[in-house]
Amino acid sequence: MTGRDSTDSRDTGFNDGELDHRLASVWSTPPGLWGALSSVDHKIIGRRYISTAFVFLALGGLLALLMRLQLAQPEARFIGPDRYNQIFTVHGTNMMFLFAVPVMQAMAVYLVPLMVGTRNIAFPRLNAFSYWMYLAGGLLLWIAFVLDTGPDIGWFAYVPLSGPQYAAGKRADIWAQMITFTEVSALAVAVEIVVTVFKQRAPGMSLDRIPLFVWSMLVTSFLVILAMPAIMIASTSLILDRLVETHLFNPAEGGDVLLWQHLFWFFGHPEVYIIFLPAVGMVSTIVATFTRRPVFGYLAMVMALIATGVLAFGLWVHHMFVAGLPRLGESFFTASSMAIAVPAGLQIFCWLATMWAGKPIFKTPFLFVIGFMVTFVVGGLTGVMVASVPFDTQVHDTYFVVAHFHYVLVGGAVFPLLGAIYYWFPKLTGRMMSETVGRWVFGLIFAGFNLTFFPMHILGLRGMPRRVYTYQPEMPWSALNLFISLSASILALGFLLFFIDVIRSARSGAAASSNPWGASTLEWATSSPPPPYNFARLPVIGSLEALSDQSTALPVATGLRVDRRELLVSSVVEAIPEARESSAGDSIWPLWAALATTATLIWSIFTPWAVVWGSIPVAIALIGWFWPKGVPEDES
Amino acid sequence: LDPHGAPAIHMEHLIIGIVAICTVIWVVVMVMLGVALLRGPRAAADTAKSEAWLAMTVVAAVAATVIIIAGLTIASFYTTRDIGVPKSDALTITVRGQQWWWQVFYAGADATPGFQTANEIHIPIGTDVHLRLESADVIHSFWVPSLAGKQDLVPGRSNSMLLRAEKPGVYRGQCAEFCGLQHSHMAIMVVAEAPADYDRWAASQRGDATMPADPDAAAGRGAFLAKPCAACHTIRGTAANGTTGPDLTHIGSRLTIAAGLAETTRGSLAAWIADPQTLKPGNNMPMVPLTSAELQNISAYMESLK
Amino acid sequence: MKDSATLDLTDLPSHGLGTASVSWWGTLAFMLIEGTGFALSIVVYLYLMSLAPHWPLDAAPPDLLAGTILTALLIASLVPNIFLARWARSQDLLKVRIGLIVMSLLGMAPLILRVFEFPAMHIKWDQNAYGSIVWVMLGLHTTHILTDLVETLVLTCLMFSRHGDNARRYGDVSDNTMYWNFVVATWLPMYACLYWVPRL
Ligand code: HEO
Ligand code: HEM
Ligand SMILES: [Cu+2]
Repeated sequence: MTGRDSTDSRDTGFNDGELDHRLASVWSTPPGLWGALSSVDHKIIGRRYISTAFVFLALGGLLALLMRLQLAQPEARFIGPDRYNQIFTVHGTNMMFLFAVPVMQAMAVYLVPLMVGTRNIAFPRLNAFSYWMYLAGGLLLWIAFVLDTGPDIGWFAYVPLSGPQYAAGKRADIWAQMITFTEVSALAVAVEIVVTVFKQRAPGMSLDRIPLFVWSMLVTSFLVILAMPAIMIASTSLILDRLVETHLFNPAEGGDVLLWQHLFWFFGHPEVYIIFLPAVGMVSTIVATFTRRPVFGYLAMVMALIATGVLAFGLWVHHMFVAGLPRLGESFFTASSMAIAVPAGLQIFCWLATMWAGKPIFKTPFLFVIGFMVTFVVGGLTGVMVASVPFDTQVHDTYFVVAHFHYVLVGGAVFPLLGAIYYWFPKLTGRMMSETVGRWVFGLIFAGFNLTFFPMHILGLRGMPRRVYTYQPEMPWSALNLFISLSASILALGFLLFFIDVIRSARSGAAASSNPWGASTLEWATSSPPPPYNFARLPVIGSLEALSDQSTALPVATGLRVDRRELLVSSVVEAIPEARESSAGDSIWPLWAALATTATLIWSIFTPWAVVWGSIPVAIALIGWFWPKGVPEDES
Repeated sequence: LDPHGAPAIHMEHLIIGIVAICTVIWVVVMVMLGVALLRGPRAAADTAKSEAWLAMTVVAAVAATVIIIAGLTIASFYTTRDIGVPKSDALTITVRGQQWWWQVFYAGADATPGFQTANEIHIPIGTDVHLRLESADVIHSFWVPSLAGKQDLVPGRSNSMLLRAEKPGVYRGQCAEFCGLQHSHMAIMVVAEAPADYDRWAASQRGDATMPADPDAAAGRGAFLAKPCAACHTIRGTAANGTTGPDLTHIGSRLTIAAGLAETTRGSLAAWIADPQTLKPGNNMPMVPLTSAELQNISAYMESLK
Repeated sequence: MKDSATLDLTDLPSHGLGTASVSWWGTLAFMLIEGTGFALSIVVYLYLMSLAPHWPLDAAPPDLLAGTILTALLIASLVPNIFLARWARSQDLLKVRIGLIVMSLLGMAPLILRVFEFPAMHIKWDQNAYGSIVWVMLGLHTTHILTDLVETLVLTCLMFSRHGDNARRYGDVSDNTMYWNFVVATWLPMYACLYWVPRL
């Protein structure tokens, strides 16, 4: 089946303008609602994904403000315990499952295909499906919350509090089913990314020429693939316990409540690195661009990513130090938790070395990276503190831990993310964000964040437990709490300004050139925003710094068809071209499949038979999805 | 943290040590960051030499990291040993977590019967006390910061911890594991006293409830037994033997009511009995309709149960 | 930026097979996900067993008959499956059609046996944790067989349609055979765990 068929048409026969025209007609998403609903362009879906995740960030932030309002004074009666418990549960669940993980994957959905030089993500329809599933899961949680049936069991939903006996109603089921939604979508995206990175890299991009952000997403995707099944088993078991009276977590019938904790944290700990590692990749990218040199120690950085990924599976018990497990075993987990400081430190030191040797340019994205260094190291060090068993028995489940994880989540992941938005905004929208406003945003968020969360360490050491809707006036906590609540408004102001800047810039920001920062990774080799087919001709890579030599012409490959969506499959290690492969066209079926799955999953909160009946429309949608339509993409 | 017990003191030392070390690390990293960013114009030459020098520095820093974390791991291992589970002959008290209060059992020995109390533990100072931790419903966590670290109360399991106070005093603790609606109002008081005081207290707790002398209180006793109160609460020496709520035999002697919600006074008792759901929304005690006279009498009775 | 053409891809095949195919890797990734899930379910089984005073909890060990026949059948089904894979690789339409029909039947047979396996466990899912985990594991694997069966049936229809004779379809068939091997492979540790561990 090799060789040149006489009927197809290749890019070699056209001049640039004609080629763009041809490719556009094959790759473009048709206009209108139908086109939007059936699009499988990774850029359109990626932008959608990112925007949705930021909407969830804003909503979760509103909940945080409500909590701070309630906690500003002792024994406040502004929010009752029932609502407060829903609020912190939805805040945590939303931030972890609907914001942090998806937003990182969304950035990858947009950027990875561009950075490896291909025309679309692997399994584009699956990508569309995963977005719809994610959206449905988010709507499920938030609609439930608005209707006052939001989950109220904490973001890790410990049994038996979430079990059939102590969580009446459907709240806990909604939590567990929301997990299923985000799980399916996260797993799907992880598979797409792994395959895109393995098989769709531009010719010549051997493993040692993969950009660090792409490496970080590759490791992250493996973490997703290996960690998410644990929560899948856990949440399914919880639903079964609640719906059909299994006893997996019921100690009275041979089940075990700590089993839940083991399963949850076997997923939950890798989860935090699923959030953190992409941020590491963003930091590396931004550091390289704004110090005008490659990141120091490429190999060491890649090894650190992999080491973190491997170690991540050996630490889960550090969340259970006071659950009453054998002390000797716990000491092992102290050691492994501390060991993760080594790859983390290695990365910090490599970035420092890069800054040392480079010429820093203090643009907004780089400011966020500096803010990241300052706050993440605090959060990492408090992580090392709580990794010590005796230390943790004092501060576990107090505001000290709340401070730790916001330092690593916000300082360690959200700061780089905001930097990344400023950095890649031109590529996402074709427009620049405002540098002046950006500095204000950074200043407000950085100051607001530290003023809000640093005092929480002290509160924790003074004995204030987390997840309390109020506290007694006689406890020595009131003044700090008031201070924290006031500081939170500075933080909120910073985020507000950020959102305003995003919306304003997207509409009327200065137009961006294809490579406004003078960066060296492939996404900057195409226009801002990229055309539907990303690259008119696929780039050929000869070094780690794909665009470092701006003076010469970009080497490209030719010979792909222009009468169907075609991209290049290359070998895993060396990225040697192996085949020209078609890429799926737009389709409405992923949406139908997602709707059918959504209906099934929500219905199954009420009766197990939903799974049986629901599988029929799901199967029909899947058949519609995969059944060939006789279009050129279906041929070989 | 205001440590007054051996385990808490060991921890305090460790905590101060770790925090100090980490603060130093942070300062060093920040200085490096500042210098890296702000140092003057870079010499373009001798890049090869400076790359090698940078590599050396990074390796040295990683090596330092390894050494420090090894040290921290060992330190916390030894501290863990020091706060370990007490010897078996120590005084043993069983604490059962309930949504949202603490049930406490003092075991009897030979001729002396055991007794039950709630939301308050008395211990003799200078002695190791062994706590057996259990739960009646969901997971709770026992934590009195000044005396020791925390330990969960897990349904279906029994955990142990060592409690020890060096100085007399009242140490407040609070449930640390989110356990539902009133997790915020689930405090416990640990009263540490001289051994003689402790023995006196234990002896009086062991006894049945006294017949109130005061007529109001006596009327309250009648009302208590006639109303649904007795279905949920036990008062030893009376017919009341419910087990849903705390044992009230010596409620008047306790420092607080409703797991630290308020000090035990006749007024707070009355307020609580009149409307528990407003004071502690969602708790498992319903409002029992009473006339104001009944309410007064019952509060007086409760207060008299020393 | 200006381009300069340095590489000509014209003569590459227009569809890759095996490791050169994207869907092969996708199948592998999904197998990794499911494999992790199955491994975890076995871990949960062993964990519950380690906590129990005796095992199985309040039930006799499962009867071997149905499960063992099913195991033998699954192993036997590997033979036609391997042939089918080979035929798909050589793009032999007729043989692939026959192979798919055989594999569809071999996909249904274990489902029938499975019906007898549940009662052979001597316990219901809602009796105790042992019953729960046993049913969960059997249920998981049944879903697994079921999804592969549906896929095989759809592929069979496809191969009889006008879309059949196409390198891409042969690739799908060969991915499907790989997946069936996986279904069989995951069953073996589960079989050992469900039927033999309680007899230890
Ligand atoms: C992005 C998310 C993220 C990240 C990156 C981390 C990073 C770390 N965490 Fe954290 N964590 C995260 C998110 C969370 N953690 C939690 C809870 C948690 C707990 C349980 C606390 C408790 O419940 O009582 C422990 C023991 C740790 C440990 C650690 C460690 C050792 C690291 C390490 O990876 C840090 C490594 C970094 C370092 C150390 C700084 C840089 C290194 C330098 C500068 C070298 C020199 C350093 C030394 C010599 C020490 N975490 C929870 C709470 C969940 C809940 O209960 O709700 C969350 C969400
Ligand atoms: C924007 C500013 C934010 C503020 C002011 C804030 C505030 C808070 C507060 C006060 C709590 C503790 C609630 C309690 O224990 O009662 C909390 C919990 C939590 N926050 Fe945030 N938060 C913010 C952003 C984030 C972000 C960005 C993330 C994740 C990426 C996040 C993740 C969590 C999680 C996981 C919890 C635990 C929820 C639980 O206990 O179940 N937060 N937050
Ligand atoms: Cu962790």
